[in-house]
Amino acid sequence: MKLLVPVKRVVDYNVKVRVKADGTGVETANVKMSMNPFDEIAVEEAVRLKEKGIATEIVAVSAGPAAAQEQIRTALAMGADRGILVEHDGVLEPLAVAKILKAIVEKEGPQLVILGKQAIDDDMNATGQMLAALLGWPQGTFASRVEPADGALKVTREVDGGLETVQLRLPAIVTTDLRLNEPRYASLPNIMKARKKPIETVKPADLGVDVTPRLSVLKVEEPPKRQAGKKVASVQELVEKLRNEAKVI
Amino acid sequence: MDFALTPEQEAIREGVAALCARFDDAYWLAKDREGGFPHEFHRAVAEAGYLGICIPEEYGGSGLGITEAALMMEAIAASGAGMSGATAVHLNIFGLHPVVVHGTPEQKRRMLPPIARGEVKACFGVTEPTTGLDTTRLKTRAERRGDRYVVNGQKVWISTAQVADNILLLARTTPVEQCRNPADGISLFYTRLDRARASVREIEKMGRKAVDSNEIFFEDMEVPEEDRIGEEGKGFRYILHGLNPERVLIAAEAVGIGRAALRRAADYARERVVFGRPIGQNQAVQHPLAQDWMALEAAWLMCLQAAWRYDQGLDCGAQANAAKYLAAEAGLKACQNAIMTHGGFGYAREYHVERFLREAMIPWIAPVSPNLICCYIAERVLGLPKSY
Repeated sequence: MKLLVPVKRVVDYNVKVRVKADGTGVETANVKMSMNPFDEIAVEEAVRLKEKGIATEIVAVSAGPAAAQEQIRTALAMGADRGILVEHDGVLEPLAVAKILKAIVEKEGPQLVILGKQAIDDDMNATGQMLAALLGWPQGTFASRVEPADGALKVTREVDGGLETVQLRLPAIVTTDLRLNEPRYASLPNIMKARKKPIETVKPADLGVDVTPRLSVLKVEEPPKRQAGKKVASVQELVEKLRNEAKVI
Repeated sequence: MDFALTPEQEAIREGVAALCARFDDAYWLAKDREGGFPHEFHRAVAEAGYLGICIPEEYGGSGLGITEAALMMEAIAASGAGMSGATAVHLNIFGLHPVVVHGTPEQKRRMLPPIARGEVKACFGVTEPTTGLDTTRLKTRAERRGDRYVVNGQKVWISTAQVADNILLLARTTPVEQCRNPADGISLFYTRLDRARASVREIEKMGRKAVDSNEIFFEDMEVPEEDRIGEEGKGFRYILHGLNPERVLIAAEAVGIGRAALRRAADYARERVVFGRPIGQNQAVQHPLAQDWMALEAAWLMCLQAAWRYDQGLDCGAQANAAKYLAAEAGLKACQNAIMTHGGFGYAREYHVERFLREAMIPWIAPVSPNLICCYIAERVLGLPKSY
């Protein structure tokens, strides 16, 4: 079966994010950009399904600026077969990305789409769920384990109370949680091979998708600086402070 | 002029850094204390396909240039693996280049893929106790007897000979008196290091305990003719070709170790509070670190320029030598300043920077002394009379 794996270009997780002086967003100029870590987990899971002989082809897709090709190349070096770049400069909200992905799904006909549960830049945690709704497909979100089972998929989900196991009939949507796997780093021969794998570029308009933003950002500001903690000498003092100063018990 | 790395080069640097991140400070600290070849690290680099970075694709490598190899070696050293990590794989990267250039198709098929896969470890046998940099005076003899050669003599400062399966060996096949030019009559072999006929003795040394340095004594070690690389008597010229790339890689490693030290120094200066402020707020602490950054960046640019010239097929002797000089100096200085930034703790092993300082002496001394680099630049670039 064919797999689709969306990958997003985000500020690298090691970068200390700075808010732009005008408060319209975060600084991305001259900042190291990488693939969203949850998407790396998605690519890894797809590659493992291919290595097990369950998947036959993996298509990596990214919606974003021309430079998002780099993240597609990373996915290709990890083991994806080909890439699609939906090129768009400017803001892409989850609903717009979900519509783009729906159009790609209709064109490519994958049996399974594996997405990161959220991107580490805006932490929306929405695209996978929206895509499932638009397609009318079953979804297994926050997956920590994915097992194929007779034309279906058994997905273990990390929910508040513990673990929940669901069975999805295919085609389906899976979004990855942190503990699903540990992504591989690309080997040198695979980095070299990735250079020769094809990346197709399309525009949202080619897919008939209107990506005009529906939300407007009013203000972006840094979280307040954390105050230094206090040391207490005894449990009694701690309880006293929690009760009378912090007023939490 | 374009100073940007290509996306593939970025991917290589990131790939190597990700791989090295699995071998943390504790790993290298333990290796430095207890010794023992970092086999796990060597295997990981091999499995990720990086050992064959410069070996042609048809022989199991990736066929990339010295630029990519320099990026790789810098990333290894900068990860905190230092010269222990770099030297563990250094020879696989470019050591067998004479085989790539001068080997027969049969030799390339036989010799290159196992090195690219990391199944075979090799050492590089050139330096001798009495010849040093005056390589054409080397005394190890390889006498021809029928279809084989018999090797007698002594080599010194042979890295990894404790674990090496094979040796790239330079030995005299025609006595120097019978040669018109002392550079003639020396041949190059790539052959099994026959421990029954070669005794290997480890040298106790200042740093890089994990990767051994040795004396080797050859006593009638037989080398089959099919292990001779290229023509008999031309070995020295073959080796010369590989010296500039070696300098570039050593320079890259020196920049890497300097960056590893500088990063720790800056982190410490930011966090360590004395007299109610971080010590890094004091100019006497921050200026040396700023100077280290500038020196390391400048050396790195020279390193990349030399690598680029080599990969373009241009003469790179001056640049490769200058890169090795500048990088070794900048790397060493950065390690010294990192210790001073840490104060007393810089002298403690658990802060790692003293280990870097001991290792940073290696690229300062080897493979050619800073003095001889100055002689080279004076003579070849500035046209001054030869001084030695």
